Amino acid sequence: MATDLTAEVLSALATAEAPIFSQDAFPSHPPEVIKATLDRLGSREMVEYEKLDTEEVHLTPEGEGIAENGSHEARVFEAVRSALEGLKIKDLPTIVGAEAAKVGQGTAFKLKWIEKDKDVLKAAKDSITDTVRDQLQTIRSTKSYADTKVIVELRKRKLISLHKVSTYKISRGPKYSNQFVKEETDLTADMLASGAWKTVKLKPYNFKAKGAPTPSGALHPLNKVRHEFRQIFFEMGFEEMPTNRYVETGFWNFDALFVPQQHPARDLQDTFYISDPPRADPPREDPPSSSSTDTTLPSTSNPTDSKTPSRSLDYRKYWDDVRAVHQDGKYGSIGYRYPWSEDESLKLVLRTHTTAISTWMLHKLAQDPRPARYFSIDRVFRNETVDQTHLAEFHQVEGVIADFGLTLGGLIGFMEVFFKKMGIVNLRFKPAYNPYTEPSLEIFSWHEGLKKWVEIGNSGMFRPEMLLPMGLLEDLRVYGWGLSLERPTMIKYGVNNIRALLGHKVDLNFIESNPAVRLEKA
Amino acid sequence: MPTIAVDKAALFEELGKEYTTQEFDELCFEFGIELDEDTSTQDRPVVNGKQEAPQLKIEIPANRYDMLCFEGISLMLKIFQGQTESPNYRLVAPPDGKVQTITVKEETSRIRPYISGAILRNINLTQARYESFIALQDKLHQNLARQRTLCAIGTHDLDTLQGPFTYEALPPTDINFVPLNQTKSMNGEELIQFYEKDKSLGRYLHIIRDSPVYPVIYDSQRTVCSLPPVINGNHSKISASTRNVFIEITALDKTKVEIVNNILVAMFSRYTDEPFTVEPVKIVSPHNSQTRQVPDLTPRATQAELQYINECCGLELSPTDICKMLTRMSYHATPSKTDPNLIDVDVPPTRADVLHQADIMEDVAIAYGFNELPRSFPSKSGTVAQPLALNKLSDIVRLEAAMAGWTEVLPLILCSHDENFGWLNRKDDGTTAVRLANPKTAEYQVIRTSLLPGLLKTIRENKKHSIPIKIFEVSDVAFKAPDLERKSRNERHFAAAWYGKTSGFEIVHGLLDRIMLMLKTAFRTQEEGLQDQAMEYWIEEDADNPTFFEGHAAKIHVKIADKESVVGVFGILHPTVLEKFELKYPISALEVNVEVFL
Repeated sequence: MATDLTAEVLSALATAEAPIFSQDAFPSHPPEVIKATLDRLGSREMVEYEKLDTEEVHLTPEGEGIAENGSHEARVFEAVRSALEGLKIKDLPTIVGAEAAKVGQGTAFKLKWIEKDKDVLKAAKDSITDTVRDQLQTIRSTKSYADTKVIVELRKRKLISLHKVSTYKISRGPKYSNQFVKEETDLTADMLASGAWKTVKLKPYNFKAKGAPTPSGALHPLNKVRHEFRQIFFEMGFEEMPTNRYVETGFWNFDALFVPQQHPARDLQDTFYISDPPRADPPREDPPSSSSTDTTLPSTSNPTDSKTPSRSLDYRKYWDDVRAVHQDGKYGSIGYRYPWSEDESLKLVLRTHTTAISTWMLHKLAQDPRPARYFSIDRVFRNETVDQTHLAEFHQVEGVIADFGLTLGGLIGFMEVFFKKMGIVNLRFKPAYNPYTEPSLEIFSWHEGLKKWVEIGNSGMFRPEMLLPMGLLEDLRVYGWGLSLERPTMIKYGVNNIRALLGHKVDLNFIESNPAVRLEKA
Repeated sequence: MPTIAVDKAALFEELGKEYTTQEFDELCFEFGIELDEDTSTQDRPVVNGKQEAPQLKIEIPANRYDMLCFEGISLMLKIFQGQTESPNYRLVAPPDGKVQTITVKEETSRIRPYISGAILRNINLTQARYESFIALQDKLHQNLARQRTLCAIGTHDLDTLQGPFTYEALPPTDINFVPLNQTKSMNGEELIQFYEKDKSLGRYLHIIRDSPVYPVIYDSQRTVCSLPPVINGNHSKISASTRNVFIEITALDKTKVEIVNNILVAMFSRYTDEPFTVEPVKIVSPHNSQTRQVPDLTPRATQAELQYINECCGLELSPTDICKMLTRMSYHATPSKTDPNLIDVDVPPTRADVLHQADIMEDVAIAYGFNELPRSFPSKSGTVAQPLALNKLSDIVRLEAAMAGWTEVLPLILCSHDENFGWLNRKDDGTTAVRLANPKTAEYQVIRTSLLPGLLKTIRENKKHSIPIKIFEVSDVAFKAPDLERKSRNERHFAAAWYGKTSGFEIVHGLLDRIMLMLKTAFRTQEEGLQDQAMEYWIEEDADNPTFFEGHAAKIHVKIADKESVVGVFGILHPTVLEKFELKYPISALEVNVEVFL
């Protein structure tokens, strides 16, 4: 049918001098068919068309009756006039019908077409003009009427109704031809081989539709953000720490960081303890494992250092010095002054922070104390009650800088560059408390959306009580800072529930449709 | 971090200034405390027909026990702004010259060995001050005293008691008294039963419940002052009109007992007739050499190095400048008369957090203003960036898997024992999985030894996703390792799972081939061995693996430099495994240890 109409439209235009109107040319086709045909021809520029919305006036069934047989009053007048002796009122309905008799009689009196003589009706005029019938007949043929007052009046009398109609004004397009050529859907190898591509007509491409979905793999959004952070660390000269160790000891996770054994962080409420295996060994050198990835770099800043043979690590002394600095005070510190328990130190825990690994790395650095920059981004564990913003697992981003002559202003300056690389500017720093850093600084950034300062990370200089038992030099100072990977990711992607980001409840569609991370484009 | 609510109007009156919320927020920020909330504009509760006055809720860092009450916050902020100096706390003997004593009985060593005490004589409490005094004790109990386990405070109306006092440890049934706010006398055992269901006190009962002796403090008339750490006696109850307060603190830790004592008396001695005076108490405790007079309010004399402070802060302050700043941080400091590089610093008895000159240095930086410090960029030393080799290898596998059309997932590392073993038809022989001692839910019982449970749970939660589902993970599992210090080790695995209407066995096999190709490991078929390959792999049927469907599981063998090992397995999962994880379509899965490719 559509094809029929296509041919019809093209041939109608072949002879037409002026634009044609669909309503006149193709009155029998439903509007949707006309529309589809014109779209088809229009997209190929074979025709041009314009949609015109008009209003049509239609007769109601009652209106049709009047147009056919005359108005009620005219029929009453005719009946009365043709009865030479006058017409008895009671006989009127049997001649013109009850409805016409009732409505027509009143109107005919009002117009002074008829008179009443007792119970007999008589014509008051010789002839009348049935205006309503004339109007309705005009409307029937033209579907319109010039005098809007008439339209209003007739509508009130429910003799006509108004309808919106669309009609198309159609003319030839630049690529008009009176023949519609069959189109190919796609360019094929055969066409190239046969040379048919030279004459073939391709179906035009719909530039408004989406392409075919491409089958694709995807990386997890958290790992995409992690990648960005790793890049920033690499850009700034950092070496990645071996954090592939979930189980730590109380010693490495807490004691070595000068976290006292009664500290609330060591509560069963906050830390996962391990029941099996039951207990760790005191700190010692582990046999090199197959996965050992240690590739210590040569000292790069101070070539004279490499001449001095690196010192071997005395784990026993380290253990004793950690005990001493907690229990009795050492290295210019009065210590916490409580009886330090070996048992507590040898408890196995799931690491609560990757700072346990940083501590282990710094202790190793004491073999050959030199400037170093370390980072890690890995999973940590807290015995939290799970809710929208807390999971028992999350990722910690951690950076460490060890160097001679580091200042607090240097830490602030470094943080400004570090965070600027992820598009965060306008920082301010609040004094804070952390058992293993002094000074400790909380990093706040102004959040334009929330219109307030939000905490984005923690930083500080590691305490001498942590560094000196390791055997590090007194003038080698160490910055440390950390933030979670999830928090900036949640802000970036507008995720409110951490469970929608990490763990098995994450929606695969979310992973698959996540845009690339460009932190610097904040 | 503890949050302290203080009366806004009273605090601003103390500080002599009406701050806007923003101004006060900035002052807090600069000092290192945090304004959490200003209730001025909130709907405040109505108590006894009167609406609560506007409060400031201030977060105090965990080390500043001296700021856990209104008195401490206002004092420290006043000192910080140079409106006053750190008070000089003094011990003053009682009018009759007879210092009160507490004699400690040796039995207390069995349950709670240490005690300290003090008397605040001629104190002028008001209702607000009384409430602050009680609230401070509560904050100290919760924080420093670790829910009363380490220390427990009792405060008494001295005028209702008669010294000398004794600190004893007696069988519970031998102790009889009327507990605070009660009317009936009860013995220790009855008392434990009585408070068993009490929401606030019930949680402290465990500290002594099972001990054969309970700690108790008596006056000379055998009036029970308190049964620490649970409750005081009703007899010596204090109120806003109490004039002489007897404080006793029992403890397991002899350092913290004095810290608590110092904080309490330092904060509230400002309300005695002669402000900042405290009446000492003598502890008689020869059996553990703890006989002494308490509290000791002498400032701790120490020294800090000028050069150290300036180097750390990146400043060039003069000794006098530093001393001025330290004064604003509640110290008393003077340049040393003997060494130009030293500053003599008196640490007030309230600043128990000051352990090292690092703490003094930080206070100089706070007084100077963290945000005012000259900024630099530490760029003196060159360092070489380097990824961890294992992570670099993992990234190769991750990227290749994603490029091959697989989706990366990140399930949790902790899982239930069933998910790791039983549901995979695996037996726990006790040698592999690390077990958690105190998980809050059964979801976290072990560290996974396989990546499969996480993948299967991810599919279970994504059943609405169109099939096939193709997911992978490259991450660590952990195993027990008795020969290592931490008795366990991580191992980096790569695992993938296909979920669809058909098993996908060849597809998973194809992924393995692809990853192996990218790791430059050549495939060896049984028929034709490839010559001169440094790394090669082949698969053999794994006939005895109940995780997989019979005849459809393969072991992955790898030979690297003539060393052969089985590094993983893949196959069609057994339908009973699918059933356990509530999965209705077949799954083929793969798991490989990637560390051999390092």
